[in-house]
Amino acid sequence: MSIADKILDQKPNAPVRTSITQRFFQRKAGVTAFTIFILVVLMALLAPWISPHDPNFVQLANTKAPPSAEHWLGGDSAGRDILSRIIWGARTTLFGAAITIITALAVGVTTGVMAGFFGGLVDRVFSWLSDATQAIPGMIILLVVAAGTRSNFPILMATVGVFMAPGYFRITRSATLAIVNEPYIDAAKVAGLTAPRIIARHVLPGIYAPIIIQTALAAGISMGIQAGLQFLGVGSANTPSWGAMMNEGFRFMLTNPTLLLWPSAALGITIAALATIGSTLAEVVRVRTPVVSETEGEDDKDWDPAQGTGAFAHDKNEAIVRLKNLRVFYQNGDEQKTVVNGISFDVKPGEVLGIVGESGSGKSQTIFSLLNLLPKGGKYVADQIEIAGKNVNEMTGKDRAKILGSQLGYIPQEPMSNLDPTFTIGHQLTEPLRLVFGQSKAEATAKAKALLARVGINDVDRVMKSYPHQISGGMAQRVLIAGAIAGQPSVLLADEPTTALDVTVQAEVLELLRELQQEFGMALILVTHNFGVVADICDRVVVMREGAVVEMGEVEQIFAQPKAQYTQDLIDASLDGTLSRKDLDASETSNVHILKTAGGGQK
Amino acid sequence: MSNVAKPLLSVENLTVEYGPKNNGFKALDKVSVEIAEHECMGIVGESGSGKSTLGRAILGLAPIAEGKILFDGQDITNLKGKPRRDLAKSIQVVFQDPYGSLNPGMTIGDILAEPLTVAGETRQSARQQVADLIDKVHLPANSINRFPNEFSGGQRQRIAIARALVRKPRLIICDEPTSALDLRTQAAVIDLFIELQRETGVAYMFISHDLGVVRRICHNVGVMKRGQLVEHGDADKVTRTPDHPYSRKLLLASPIANPAEQKKRRADWLEMRGLDNAGAM
Repeated sequence: MSIADKILDQKPNAPVRTSITQRFFQRKAGVTAFTIFILVVLMALLAPWISPHDPNFVQLANTKAPPSAEHWLGGDSAGRDILSRIIWGARTTLFGAAITIITALAVGVTTGVMAGFFGGLVDRVFSWLSDATQAIPGMIILLVVAAGTRSNFPILMATVGVFMAPGYFRITRSATLAIVNEPYIDAAKVAGLTAPRIIARHVLPGIYAPIIIQTALAAGISMGIQAGLQFLGVGSANTPSWGAMMNEGFRFMLTNPTLLLWPSAALGITIAALATIGSTLAEVVRVRTPVVSETEGEDDKDWDPAQGTGAFAHDKNEAIVRLKNLRVFYQNGDEQKTVVNGISFDVKPGEVLGIVGESGSGKSQTIFSLLNLLPKGGKYVADQIEIAGKNVNEMTGKDRAKILGSQLGYIPQEPMSNLDPTFTIGHQLTEPLRLVFGQSKAEATAKAKALLARVGINDVDRVMKSYPHQISGGMAQRVLIAGAIAGQPSVLLADEPTTALDVTVQAEVLELLRELQQEFGMALILVTHNFGVVADICDRVVVMREGAVVEMGEVEQIFAQPKAQYTQDLIDASLDGTLSRKDLDASETSNVHILKTAGGGQK
Repeated sequence: MSNVAKPLLSVENLTVEYGPKNNGFKALDKVSVEIAEHECMGIVGESGSGKSTLGRAILGLAPIAEGKILFDGQDITNLKGKPRRDLAKSIQVVFQDPYGSLNPGMTIGDILAEPLTVAGETRQSARQQVADLIDKVHLPANSINRFPNEFSGGQRQRIAIARALVRKPRLIICDEPTSALDLRTQAAVIDLFIELQRETGVAYMFISHDLGVVRRICHNVGVMKRGQLVEHGDADKVTRTPDHPYSRKLLLASPIANPAEQKKRRADWLEMRGLDNAGAM
């Protein structure tokens, strides 16, 4: 046995890494826009060779001339070749945009990374400067700069860059903030890396995507501003530019509309290409996984009942829930992944059934199937699902929803994320009572208060008025339990109800569940990974692994004589009554493993 | 094995405060602990007890308001800049979250080699040491050229452990390194921690909320509650027959994977809760 086989927790099918670039070029819009932009860049770079005429050469005969074989787009008001001026104008436009973007990047990204990384005073100073820059009317400053520098084009374009820097600052700062809280940044600090190195190696690679997107959009905007300035007459008269051409075209718009058409089209197409590149990139960055599609029809006709695991323990009349051969699968692109492969179990009123297993065992999927609340892309098929004597397999979705609350109560794992932060606890408890059970406001309030008192909350009136963030996690779980039992369901489904809680709170919540379950004679199906919780509250237990039932039985029997090695491993791994480290160090064998299977043949 | 001569790490009256000075939230309130060379010292407590803050303060990641931290006799309380970075060869860390603690954009080989190349080692020697480490934490040799997303939680935690070990430190702060893992994976990673400690002689500060885990891996343990250390001593004793009422409450609240024993424990817990409530009234 090779040593690597010891590792229990393998991850065989890792997702294939497709780079952002690859995904970008898989999209038609991306390819088209990028091609157009590259053509514009080439046109600018090759202007001296591809331009048919000198853009400033005046040929009086060509004044406002229509398109001809020699002058494809005709001549302007001074008799210069329009096509050549468009080609040379691309140069000016791209040169100006480049200055703007480089300035904005240099100012915005540097300050943004520093503000996000160092925080504190650095953050406050840069943020204030950024806000102040945004508050200044840019166009007025630009005109002042134009007058002061005699319309020095590079300086003007750099000034535009300064005004675009706050956009970069905000994006960079928030992206950096998201990364500096990652543990790997702390790990890098502890590893002795200097701040500049951490920024270069760990921060920048994580934030470049939004910066590139912003750049595509900012380049388009800066071209617009540039054309606007040229249109107003800022800039040299000798260098051909699209903005100046538009100004000229505007003056002769009524007599010669094409003079305005060509430069406008050039500018419009370039900006549109950049905007499309930006939005395509944004989509590509956002969507990391293939879109899940709804699974249609019964896709598991080939399923063989012999693969089924689990069994019924009670008579048909006794059981309140009967589930036979449940299969759950997820559609991911063309691939179908089975997460539960035909499991069966039942539970009777007043019984507590534990479903135990590690992550990926399908235990939560089973609960979601019973509730008919599988996440998007998931679908289940079962030969039989009976809840309180009704065959819910034949129900419509609407009737199925009606048994939620009245027959099935549900307690989730994360109490906080299952409460709406914008409503009070009182509102969230009374609303379903009024809507589902048709109670009046006064009735619902009285009932909600009684429920909260029942789940062990002392100052009921304060909690009713509180918002979720004002109460503790343990209190929130009590509120959710109150909500789950409001309709006096015959079955309570609890999905790892104490995993997110501290151990002292867990003991309280388990005690409460036990009391309520006995008081109302409810069946409780409790999903957990903790064999201590199973020992504490369950009557029977189903052990699951990779979508199948490994074994099931009475709790005493499972703990005393587990049939499967897997069950034994899980019990051993709970580390109750484990050897203490001192005993371990004193023991003869130098290398004792917690799991008998893990040590394999190499002790 | 332990408690000989002066301790490797000694924390004296450490107070960590967030918010306004002298009026902020005290995450740590005058905590003192010592860790000997080659020892595993456990810190247990519930969320908000300050156990992670203690680890972060030692690593220089939390604002220290008061108190002293001595490492090998040297005062490291307010070390900044280069002296703090130099400490990287002596004190390392393994975090709880196996997904956030590895840079998703770097290969495993680069992640592990970085602390070495930063310290001025050649690429060649770094590569050799990384290959040895990969073997030591029982990962396949071809892991070096792969990215973190190709590994499971347990495997990532092995990588994080390898990164902590790469500069042969004398102390590793382990901040709940197994609590995000499945039970069997946790068991294997605990085995690995013990095995590596025996091989290298590194000391651990092992922060956890699980008494069973602490019992298995730690020689000594401290129990924390609301920023204070309420009890500390031999791990075998504290996890079996603790003295402080809060430690006892923690123990009785942890369900035990044995129905008969758990029934007894629950009865004891109910009794203690009854007394608590009676006392409160």
